[in-house]
Amino acid sequence: MAADGTVDLRGAPTPAPRASTLQRLARRRSSIAFLMTLPLIAVVAGLVVYPAGYAIYLSMLNRRMDAFAGFLNYEILIENDTFWMVVWQSCFFAVVAVLLKALIGFWLAHMLHHIPTKGQRKWRGMLLIPWVIPPALSTLGWWWMFDPTYSSINWVLAVFAVPAVPWLGEPWWARISVIMVNVWYGAPFFMIMYLAALKSVPEQLYEAAAIDGASSTQRLIHITLPMMRNIISITVLFSLIVTFANYDIVRVLTNGGPRDLTHVFATYAFQVGILSGNIPRGAAVSLFMLPALAVFAFFILRGVTQRNREMA
Amino acid sequence: MAELSLRKIVKEYEGGVQAVKGIDLDIADQEFVVLVGPSGCGKSTTLRMIAGLEEISGGDISIGGMVVNDIPPRDRDIAMVFQNYALYPHMSVFDNMAFGLMLRKFPKEEIKRRVDNAAMILDITPLLDRKPKALSGGQRQRVAMGRAIVRDPKVFLFDEPLSNLDAKLRVQMRTEIKKVHQTVRTTTVYVTHDQVEAMTLADRVVVMNHGIIEQVGPPQELYHNPATRFVAGFIGSPAMNFLHARVENDAVHLNGGTVLPIPESRRARYASAAGRDLLFGIRPEHLTDHRPSLQNRADLIITPEVIEPMGMETLVHFHLGDARDCCARFEPTVHVEPNVPITLTVDMNNMHLLDAATGKVL
Amino acid sequence: MSTAEGIYHKAGSLRSERRWALWVSYTSLIIASIIFLAPPAYMLITSLKTNADMANLAGNPWLLTNPTLEHYGAILGNPIFLVFFWNSVKVTLLVVALTMVISILAAFALARMRFWGSQFLATGVFLTYLVPDTLLFIPLYQIVGGLGLLNSTWGLVLVYPTLTVPFCTWIMIGYFASIPKELDEAALIDGATWPQMLIKIFIPVALPGIIAATIFAFTVSWAAFVYPTAFVTTPDQMPLTIGVVSQLVRGDTFAWGQIMAGALLAALPPVVVYAFLMDYYIAGLTAGATKG
Repeated sequence: MAADGTVDLRGAPTPAPRASTLQRLARRRSSIAFLMTLPLIAVVAGLVVYPAGYAIYLSMLNRRMDAFAGFLNYEILIENDTFWMVVWQSCFFAVVAVLLKALIGFWLAHMLHHIPTKGQRKWRGMLLIPWVIPPALSTLGWWWMFDPTYSSINWVLAVFAVPAVPWLGEPWWARISVIMVNVWYGAPFFMIMYLAALKSVPEQLYEAAAIDGASSTQRLIHITLPMMRNIISITVLFSLIVTFANYDIVRVLTNGGPRDLTHVFATYAFQVGILSGNIPRGAAVSLFMLPALAVFAFFILRGVTQRNREMA
Repeated sequence: MAELSLRKIVKEYEGGVQAVKGIDLDIADQEFVVLVGPSGCGKSTTLRMIAGLEEISGGDISIGGMVVNDIPPRDRDIAMVFQNYALYPHMSVFDNMAFGLMLRKFPKEEIKRRVDNAAMILDITPLLDRKPKALSGGQRQRVAMGRAIVRDPKVFLFDEPLSNLDAKLRVQMRTEIKKVHQTVRTTTVYVTHDQVEAMTLADRVVVMNHGIIEQVGPPQELYHNPATRFVAGFIGSPAMNFLHARVENDAVHLNGGTVLPIPESRRARYASAAGRDLLFGIRPEHLTDHRPSLQNRADLIITPEVIEPMGMETLVHFHLGDARDCCARFEPTVHVEPNVPITLTVDMNNMHLLDAATGKVL
Repeated sequence: MSTAEGIYHKAGSLRSERRWALWVSYTSLIIASIIFLAPPAYMLITSLKTNADMANLAGNPWLLTNPTLEHYGAILGNPIFLVFFWNSVKVTLLVVALTMVISILAAFALARMRFWGSQFLATGVFLTYLVPDTLLFIPLYQIVGGLGLLNSTWGLVLVYPTLTVPFCTWIMIGYFASIPKELDEAALIDGATWPQMLIKIFIPVALPGIIAATIFAFTVSWAAFVYPTAFVTTPDQMPLTIGVVSQLVRGDTFAWGQIMAGALLAALPPVVVYAFLMDYYIAGLTAGATKG
């Protein structure tokens, strides 16, 4: 036997048919894979990408959609006061609502995290209920609670000698109502996400910090928040997108009123595009959301890839 | 017949990195061959090429006389035991073992017969209805082996199967594997980084390093006659001591002054060694407490630095000349203390001389 | 103060610190529960009140004195409500089935089979999820109109997958990717073909993920509001969400009792699914973030 281990066997091995079988196999595998993703590609291309592009095209048509109008719709919108109010409204609504949701969600996640694990499930179950009920339907309940004559909330306020609030009657209160309902609906989502993130922080880090002398506030700032930073930003950005583009709550609660003063992009687009029948201008309204959405999406994507890199 | 033959096997990744640089190996029917080497030496890659899980960049692999390069794993008539067991978590132990047979549409009675037989060999019959998560690590590993046995393949492939087990279990399972091989007698290729496993299990050991084969041979051969510095240092634990030296007048002169006479039987062998930069290799088991009756020995006075009492022996670490960490094995009954000089016997019958530049053993 | 007392003093303060923290936690949770559960509770109370009690401004609106099932009776006896319900069921079941088939196939291919462009597609799927329905509903209105599917539940079935497929695919990719590769290799050596691997190994092992994704698809489809509002005009094609909102208001009088009853009944399926499969539900939500 030679040093490299070769032994002279009886005869040379029989060669099998060469590369073609393997090539065919490999090609078949990736073509199978491609076929399996074809439905997905169809949905994405046909129902998302194409309509998005189509929306851009639509927005540049005239009202009757028989002639090209360039940026006319955009110009009209930019000169329209109502539209600017819609822009301001949507931003105000999104930022304030998301901020409140994040804070409340964070607070509740912390509270849940600190009670014994056995009870957590029960509380978590109860607190997620607002998120589970279809928002259009729960908003109906809020609508009734805000009713000018029969408001049950005002009744409770009256118990504390607080004057009745014209929830849906006055613009500022209407805005606050919308934000309230959105926060009520969305805070549980933040709570669940943050709770999951809190649980993923290893207990040993806190123990090491305690030994190093950190107080509970310091532990929060130097350990909890940095470890959760990624999830916090992803959740906030995601909620910004969803809240910014929200339709259900405004539509049911105020339908943009009073006097069009609570419209957000989605409801205004609906009113202009479908109710008033000016599809191109409606499309233009929707498209105004695109820049902000793109910015949020960019940051989310970056956050998610960063997280994947961290976890890998 | 289930012999396995590797000819000029090369594995190259994108960017030109070669994990396996051309190896030739013939494995006889029923032989138990262990591929051993440090991480990254190419042993797992080679195994996976045999299995068909990696594409072969160059060369041929034949199983039972037939070239299998383009044949998918399921048609190569092989079975594999993975490091992480890879048991199907949603299936019972019985179904895990039966899966391959079921896919090949074996009749039910035949499947039951084979599974029961394998379970009996591996002593896991009471576990057949359980799911993997209800099993311990050792039990899972046995199920993984059972899955391989029922297939009755031409070749068993083991990919570091004991790495995930604790030390004690590892020793137990090693014996199990050897017992199974004696019963089932299938050609086996076994990959491990642990040279103890290699030595205890193999009919022949293949030491690999940086994608090439350094040496192939029965365990004893590799222990007593290593061909290269790498093999000499890899086989045997604690590792062989290497000290810089020259040969003059039939004696080994260590850097630092110690002179060790070469035994008569070796003098001819080392005749050409005079004048070259050499490494003197001696295993710790051949550096012992004072053995006055040993032939061809050299006695030295050394000052121990660190003592490691192992129970069955005492490891004594010291430095000699300019060699920093030398290790010797003393009988446990000998009293040794740090910084207290003591006599050491060098068993020159087991000396090795290596060329310092090429690493080849003379 | 002796050393022993000093230690006990510390232990005591640790315990009282913990007690204080627990007290704060429970108080917050109780307050939050009251606020979170008040609206649905009030909806329930209203749905059980007589109209007379509702109109009576004198008493406590939060109290229920003469419970009645008349509103529920009216709702359930109203044929149009059953039509709404049937529409929702039809659309939701079809969309969930469609979504799961598309998602599982695509996720398996993207998670396991490397092919040109698979990484782009995976990222693209995630981005698609971020495109809100309120951006797409106007062009889709035109497109669906062009296909003659406006004011039809079939139009909804066509369009709802934009809401469900991206996220479901995304979390299925995460679940499939977390299955160790050795399982594939063991199956390959055991002799499985790719379809066999998908059906006999991947789907069973990833079952929790599949359940979570199915629940998500169900919940989103059931609660969808934008598309039906835009596309559907006649009551016979409306699903529950817009049916209840738009149809139970006649002129200026709101039949609040019936509205609340209808809303609660419409909200029941997702809540029931949630109650029984809560862990899967939550897993589905958090999977999106934690599995990246």
